[in-house]
Amino acid sequence: MNFKHKFVFLFPGLFVLIGILIFPIIFTIRLSLSGWNSYTPEMNFIGITNYIRLFTDDPRFWESFFRLSFLSVSTVILQYIIGFALALMVWKEIKFKRFFRVIFLIPMMTTPVIMTVIWRTFFHESLGPVNDLLGHIGIGPILWLSDPVIAKFTVIIVEVWQWTPFMFLLLLAGLLSLPKEPFLAAAIDGASPFRKFVYVTFPLMAPISIGAIIIRLIEASKIMDTVFVLTSGGPGTATETSSFYIYIKGLREFQMGYAATLSFTYLVIMIISLTIIAKVLTKLMIKE
Amino acid sequence: MKTIKTCVTALISALLVFSNVAYADKWSDQFPHIKATGDIPGECSYESMSKKDYSGKTLKINTHAVPVMGEPTALHAEQFAKLTGAKVDVTHTPAGDLYAKAMVPFQAGQAPYDIVFGFSNFINDWRRYLAPVPKKYTDMKQMKDVTPSHIGIASWDGVMYQFPVDGDRHYLKYRKDVIDNPEYKKKYKADTGKELKVPTTWKEYGEMAAYFNDWDWDGDGEKEYGSAEVMKKDDLMYAAFYSRSAAYSKNPKTPGGFFFDLETMTPLINNPGFVEALTDWVAATKYVPPGGINFGLGDEIGSFGGGQTLFSFSWDDAFVAAMQPDSPINNKVGAAQLPGSTKVWNRKTNSWDEGFNQAPFFVWGWAVGVAKKSKEQEMAFDYLCFFANEANHQADIGIGRFGVNPFRDADFQADVWTQIGWDKDIAQSYVDTLAEMEKSKNRVFPLRVPGTFEFNAALATAAAKALAGQLSPQAALDEAAKQWNDILNRVGKDNVRKAYAVGVAMEDNKL
Repeated sequence: MNFKHKFVFLFPGLFVLIGILIFPIIFTIRLSLSGWNSYTPEMNFIGITNYIRLFTDDPRFWESFFRLSFLSVSTVILQYIIGFALALMVWKEIKFKRFFRVIFLIPMMTTPVIMTVIWRTFFHESLGPVNDLLGHIGIGPILWLSDPVIAKFTVIIVEVWQWTPFMFLLLLAGLLSLPKEPFLAAAIDGASPFRKFVYVTFPLMAPISIGAIIIRLIEASKIMDTVFVLTSGGPGTATETSSFYIYIKGLREFQMGYAATLSFTYLVIMIISLTIIAKVLTKLMIKE
Repeated sequence: MKTIKTCVTALISALLVFSNVAYADKWSDQFPHIKATGDIPGECSYESMSKKDYSGKTLKINTHAVPVMGEPTALHAEQFAKLTGAKVDVTHTPAGDLYAKAMVPFQAGQAPYDIVFGFSNFINDWRRYLAPVPKKYTDMKQMKDVTPSHIGIASWDGVMYQFPVDGDRHYLKYRKDVIDNPEYKKKYKADTGKELKVPTTWKEYGEMAAYFNDWDWDGDGEKEYGSAEVMKKDDLMYAAFYSRSAAYSKNPKTPGGFFFDLETMTPLINNPGFVEALTDWVAATKYVPPGGINFGLGDEIGSFGGGQTLFSFSWDDAFVAAMQPDSPINNKVGAAQLPGSTKVWNRKTNSWDEGFNQAPFFVWGWAVGVAKKSKEQEMAFDYLCFFANEANHQADIGIGRFGVNPFRDADFQADVWTQIGWDKDIAQSYVDTLAEMEKSKNRVFPLRVPGTFEFNAALATAAAKALAGQLSPQAALDEAAKQWNDILNRVGKDNVRKAYAVGVAMEDNKL
């Protein structure tokens, strides 16, 4: 084949790659070196001024980042535990297995923003049904959205409800693809269900688990809609996450240059930290 | 001869009167929205618009989500299309995104929308991309009736960039059936030793709100609370804070700036006046409904308008919502000026001036402009003029969810409101409150400088931290003041000073 023909076939893919991946990243880097905002509407060059501001004078970003780390790690751990338990439940031959499988997937199929509006209504402290029900048994009112500590757990509840089905789906697919032989061998050896899980199921599921956890961590680290609708980052800044903070800086305060700096820094941090997490998980969960 | 003249005059008058009625009938049959008044003759009336022909042309509008301002925009767009033959595309955008949705194409030199709705405090950032309102419209009869305050809000240095469609200010709303209730007056006096009356200071407001908090004082079987306020960060809470701060910090003896000292451009938001207001506000978290610390404007309207609280203060909407015929507290509410204080901070002497002080806050409101790059400017201004014509305006201001509030002298007549079912004394207290604000010489206007969003967001974040107990009021406002200094340095002190001087001139009654 003529050498040039290869490029003809490569170009469409290459253009798409440049258009949707390389160009936005390069544009973001360039934007991050500018002072583009509402009063300086131009792509001027201000060097690393924005980066200096971020690393020396913006504790709110770092607070939001550590808050995000707490929220995303805790939600993913809970989603993994609950999702695994549900997957194990419908993996076995039980009655109405198909029905349960569909039921467990419903939260994931709903629109996150709409469901969060519904959750916000549930948790409304004075008008919502949750406090009303709790009031009948003498509890409350609980400040689901206006106490700085409880509000974080409310966000976790909604996130876990919404995304556990995704974890369930991946883990169920993993369970269904496991070879039967190790389980037969364990049964012949008389292993209890607990030992079977610890020594057979869990190790065999480790690669899938790592994949599922990493995918969910990536998604959870972008948490925005839930926070936006449920608490708007409040009370105070108690539930503000990195993506919400970047949104505020970019599209509310129109500090486009600075928001690009935050976005790019956040991207780099996420790439590094997720790579480390993947390595650690592999080391912990996969025994040679 | 005299008899003939009298007869002719009477005949002409009768013809004029009946021709108006005929128009009114004709147009109100077709457009039931104006059934109460019919068409009212004017340059942008239904009759006048029906003579325009914009067939084959398209008008693109970006407005707020339904219902607040979004619903009247769409309704008047539909009417305008029917009258003129134009095609009108209306895009609805959440409040938080209105600024960016217009600003991004503005800065890129594009005009995807002919008309952009936003807030009046966008004016400094938007004015370079907006077409000034042509003289033809500023000279119109309907414009002459707009109050000087709202002409000022819609203009920059004497040039009008925003077409007046709404008028906003913060004032106190209270439950008249409680405050005027003789039994509660007696009970309050017995329990506290004080008079139960419309609060004139924030301290009185707090005491009464705390007293009427967390018990069923209207006998509906449910608990009621002291106050509903906009406390949610990034949901206009900074405006509520400015309202609470005005009495403590707007000193008529020290002109030259409420937010900054115009001479030095030192932020004033962490002076003892503002700190006192934030301290009051933190105390208010104890007498708002459960979850009240997360109330945005919509929650506040729903809470007070739904009869859940004794007091509220902010935009007109909660009051108008409470006065809707289907409201549980219809004709049970009263309006009054924002509470004041018994002392006000004097930044010149660095001490408190004792004595009663009150300062109305002419908060920002809905505003709308025509893009400078629009190719349909004439049609766009005609639409806005039609939107705000007398008949539409009178119908719109009576519908709480529309978010269209009084901004014309004619609106300050009690009859306008009694005609839509308000009790006479309530209508009178409402129009008196609004009219008194117009007359005040100690007013506060919203901050309209480059970087307004950054300034307000920094303040809101700090105040929200104080409300959530993350920082003390002084520490929170010190943090905000530091951020304001950082923003000043980024934007340039002189740039901000130049823009701020326009607002200060309005506050100091020089414009």
